[in-house]
Amino acid sequence: MKIPHVLNRKNRILLSELTKTDFKLRYQNSVLGYLWALLRPLMMFAILYVVFAKLLRFGGDIPHYPVYLLCGTTMWSFFTECTSQGIQSIVSRGDLLRKINFPKYIVVVSSTLTAVINMLINLVVVAIFALINGVEPSWNWLLVFPVLIELYLLSLGLAFLLGSINVKFRDITSIWDVIVQALFYAVPIIYPVSMIAGVSDLAAKVILLNPIAQTIQDIRFNLITTETLTTWNYVANPAVIIPPLIVIVVLITGALVFRKKSKYFAEEI
Amino acid sequence: MKRSFGTRTEINDPNQPAIVVKNLHKSFRLPTEQSFGLKQAIFNRLRGIKGYKEQKVLKGLNFEIKQGEFVGIVGRNGSGKSTLLKILAGTYYPEKGNVVVNGDLVPFIELGVGFNPELTGRENVYMNGALLGFSNKEMDAMYDDIWDFAELKEFQDQKLKNYSSGMQVRLAFSIAIRARGDILLLDEVLAVGDAAFQRKCFGYFAELKKEKRTVILVTHSMESVQTFCDRAIMIEDGKIIVDGSPLKVSKKYLESNNRNIKQDNVGEDKTTNYIQASAKSTVTSESVQLSFTIKPKQKLEDFVIAVGINKNDGQQIYRWASDEKIKTPIVFEANQSYKLNLKLANYFPHDKYNVVLLIKSLDRSIDFGDFFNITNFEIISTNPYQSTTHWQIPEEYELQS
Repeated sequence: MKIPHVLNRKNRILLSELTKTDFKLRYQNSVLGYLWALLRPLMMFAILYVVFAKLLRFGGDIPHYPVYLLCGTTMWSFFTECTSQGIQSIVSRGDLLRKINFPKYIVVVSSTLTAVINMLINLVVVAIFALINGVEPSWNWLLVFPVLIELYLLSLGLAFLLGSINVKFRDITSIWDVIVQALFYAVPIIYPVSMIAGVSDLAAKVILLNPIAQTIQDIRFNLITTETLTTWNYVANPAVIIPPLIVIVVLITGALVFRKKSKYFAEEI
Repeated sequence: MKRSFGTRTEINDPNQPAIVVKNLHKSFRLPTEQSFGLKQAIFNRLRGIKGYKEQKVLKGLNFEIKQGEFVGIVGRNGSGKSTLLKILAGTYYPEKGNVVVNGDLVPFIELGVGFNPELTGRENVYMNGALLGFSNKEMDAMYDDIWDFAELKEFQDQKLKNYSSGMQVRLAFSIAIRARGDILLLDEVLAVGDAAFQRKCFGYFAELKKEKRTVILVTHSMESVQTFCDRAIMIEDGKIIVDGSPLKVSKKYLESNNRNIKQDNVGEDKTTNYIQASAKSTVTSESVQLSFTIKPKQKLEDFVIAVGINKNDGQQIYRWASDEKIKTPIVFEANQSYKLNLKLANYFPHDKYNVVLLIKSLDRSIDFGDFFNITNFEIISTNPYQSTTHWQIPEEYELQS
């Protein structure tokens, strides 16, 4: 795969058309259509807010806790949507892969782009919510984007890696569902890291070495409150490079595995 | 897991042949058990079972296709044609050997790739166009022409699932012919549909030939091979067995299709007031032999024996009459057996046939015996002689008592 060819004219056309199609197919035949994409993280937020913030009284010491929670659910939805769509993309586009020859990564990337679009729109909702909640807008908000790219690259790497394996072993889809459920509790979305830190310093640090936790905390830090505990300010030793390192390793492994396996997708799907 | 040593390269050099295939091999791993699961894969590994069996599909193909050549690829089902096509198109990867594709190759193997029944005709046109490399802008420019050609304009905003299959094919074909590649891979399966649509397809093939485009046409029809192709390649059991002129390949294809088909068909004895007769037909890949036994109950003079071969739909495609072929008068003595043997070259198209034996007075005023369907035979083949009107069957005959 030569770099100049990766996004040549033909591939760009295909990528945008596939993304558009994915998008249209997902939201047609529903009354509220695209609104659902926005409503899903909001609904999830509403439920979690009632259960954890109101009933269990989590996050009492965190300023703007509702925005904090919404930001977490939005990012989490992005990660799960990106990976689950990406993992299934090769199999669900099997008909296309079997019949014509085009760079196969386009299938994976196009399926994750829908999640990116949803996330960006949700991000606007989060920003509005933050302003209503009295968060002061700042230039720090712009720092959210590099962090989002990190989260996206992690999801993409996982999609390439697991999607390739899923062609032969369809169990991956189910296994990933379970892993996602477990990860949800391993990532500080509903509970603040400070709550864990109060019990065990080490546990909090370990939690923050997860790149998903790192990115979500960084986004909260830049977007909502600098009181957020992040990998950078809490782990604060050379171990801080572990989360980005994980992202790089996952992305490279994913790309290599995908490159090797993609030659045989047409035969094996 | 390393199992590919083959290569497929794309170049762009007008002085090189359009396609060069060298020592191309391909095999597939067919799972012997349901191994679409992690559990099975682990079990197989533990038990030391491979879990698949290797099937060789292409066994060392070598050929070149020149720029501007129209080449037919023929072969029976399962010979490896489709696999070859998919390797040329780049969807399958060569296992061993090299494939060099020179220029932009457009696979035209299947129509409507990426068609989605849930989208409207309009949306599908853009999607399908994108797969052919056309941007939205380019598609806008040719949008109306596509719908005019497909004659489906009033359905453009309907979902594709509401189209009949014929309409879908028409739409897909109208988009596909917009593709402007240097090399076109065509599958004649495309030319399905009603007669009018087939005419459009064949018209398109003829146009490609006129434009001197490089085309690879996969077909079962020897008529198409002879009409369009400059050259043909026949594949059998993963190997090239003939590569040459369309006629040579057609003949070989016919032989191969007729192989192992030998039928004997003995008809019943039939009797009229004048004659008792029976017939036997023997079909081999080379010939159709008919032998009639005729036993008159009284002496016959000044008569004619006529043999007709009809398709089961009633169309007569061969006739033989004794007064046209045998100049000396024939006399049959009463109660003696006479044999008429007729040996015809097997140029018969795939069909079912029945044989008629008529014995009449020379002026055709008296019927001594009309034996309809005295015997019948069936030809199972796809042979190069599709048309039944423009050829004469080489024949041999013999009349003996």
